[in-house]
Amino acid sequence: MKKSKVFWGYAVLALVIYAIVQVLISSGVLDIYYQNMLITMCINIMLAVSLHIVIGITGQFSIGHAGFLAVGAYISAIITTKLMLPFPLAIFLGALAAAVAGLIVGIPTLRLKGDYLAIATLGFAEIIRIVFLNTDYVGGAAGMQVKYLSNWTYAFVGVVLTILVISNFTNSRHGRACISIREDEIAADAMGINTTYYKVVAFAIGSFFAGLAGAIFAHNFYIIQPTTFGFLKSFDILIYVVLGGLGSLSGSVIAAIFLTVVSAYLANFPETRMIIYSLVLIVVMLYRPTGLMGTKEVTDLFKFGKKGGTK
Amino acid sequence: MEWIQQLVNGISLGSIYALIALGYTMVYGIIKLINFAHGDVFMIGSFIGFYAIAKWELGFFPALLLAMAVCAIFGVLIERIAYKRLRNATRIAALITAIGVSLLIEYTTIFFRGAQPAAYPEVIKNKSFDVFGVQISSTSILILTVAIVLMILLQFIVHKTKIGKAMRAVSHDADAARLMGINVDNTISATFAIGSALAGAAGVIFGIYYTKIDPLMGVIPGVKAFIAAVLGGIGIIPGAMVGGMLLGVVESLVSALGFSLWRDAAAFVILILILIFRPSGIFGKNAREKV
Repeated sequence: MKKSKVFWGYAVLALVIYAIVQVLISSGVLDIYYQNMLITMCINIMLAVSLHIVIGITGQFSIGHAGFLAVGAYISAIITTKLMLPFPLAIFLGALAAAVAGLIVGIPTLRLKGDYLAIATLGFAEIIRIVFLNTDYVGGAAGMQVKYLSNWTYAFVGVVLTILVISNFTNSRHGRACISIREDEIAADAMGINTTYYKVVAFAIGSFFAGLAGAIFAHNFYIIQPTTFGFLKSFDILIYVVLGGLGSLSGSVIAAIFLTVVSAYLANFPETRMIIYSLVLIVVMLYRPTGLMGTKEVTDLFKFGKKGGTK
Repeated sequence: MEWIQQLVNGISLGSIYALIALGYTMVYGIIKLINFAHGDVFMIGSFIGFYAIAKWELGFFPALLLAMAVCAIFGVLIERIAYKRLRNATRIAALITAIGVSLLIEYTTIFFRGAQPAAYPEVIKNKSFDVFGVQISSTSILILTVAIVLMILLQFIVHKTKIGKAMRAVSHDADAARLMGINVDNTISATFAIGSALAGAAGVIFGIYYTKIDPLMGVIPGVKAFIAAVLGGIGIIPGAMVGGMLLGVVESLVSALGFSLWRDAAAFVILILILIFRPSGIFGKNAREKV
């Protein structure tokens, strides 16, 4: 009873946010610059949350997330521009392709641990990028022309879907299994949890939503190029999760929103932006290695006051 | 003869990878950290060499020594400022810090001098020697000589000196080494100094070989050198040398076969294969996992 109330509360909140922004866009208060920023924000939230399930929940350190973004972007772009199929189908197939890529990458590499896993995912992301770079069908290094199809509705629905699925997964039996792997893999194994299975599942779900973000990302700009999906993109996604708190969904959402705004204002000073990003990363790791929120969620903070109150 | 030619090129390239890989493998062996900033120390070394030769008109060897000295100090500074307090942190925290340090160095360099590439001055007359029909350029010989001399020097330091003995002891068991009266902090700093000096030397000879350097040049060679270190067995010094040479030769052969655009992918494919089938590397021993 209580749970469904919370759910409907969030559903209403999401609808209200959507409606307000939609009204602002329709009435012309938000011009194209701010619309674009909102869509970028949504894409970054999706990416942050999709990496959160891999790093924050399952504790598998992946620094190749941009590879799955690239798969989603390219596959969906092929479907809309080459095959002339509708955009929603392209989003779904792009995400599915990224999930399949996640499975292919995940099954061999997730047997590795820690540093080795990080390097292997980095390697796979580079291989994905080099494959697109050398495929003439998608334009090679020059990039690929894409239609402009993304809008606020697609982006917002994408975010809601991502957060819904991932938060439900986290609170399910499977999510608990993943958290136990994060806390202690050997102990989880000893308790009878099929660690490889859960790691691969979390990785595939993360890749799926990265692909979803990729599809919207590709159609939010007129061209996609392999250089966009390099190591720096993976790093951008990583910093959302790290800054927000490893293991906190709301933390990564807040970090994604905050850093999108910051980087929009620093867009003319890319070096300064990267210097600030890297300093933030170092300082956070040295003084607060769990990230700003730790494993807490925003909702935990509100519960604090109501401790002895409603049941 | 074409093949032997490529082999020679591969060994020259491989000796650069090997020099960088040595720093990775020594640091990993001693504090179990992938020092992502190592590729950027290599970049800094290359730029020091560039300014020394082009602006201050030093010769090749003074420039090489200067680059090595500056990089050694720089490496120790990185270790003291960023990594030292992470000794007991989680692996992920250390790795993220290393990535942060790497980006900080790259973009601070871009901030101060811009991202445009610089053309490396010619330090020796580029002559080609004809050895049994194979063209060997004087730069290749120079690179190989420098690399081999430095590697022999490193082997001497690690096996014959007191600090080398301390390094081996700390990498074996830091706590036991501390109980035996070894100053672990200083030993780790010394490891960073030696590794960074080798990277600085690699930077200078890289500049001479490729004649073009830029602030982001350290990223790809850095990652490839790490692959070389994993290939040879991370933490094992001869492994890094062999792994570097092997990787250089494989890359040259892939280019020679006409897949030069896939060259970077080849290194990553090697990495993934080695991680899946033999994660401890060519020279590595299997370590049992302890609970």
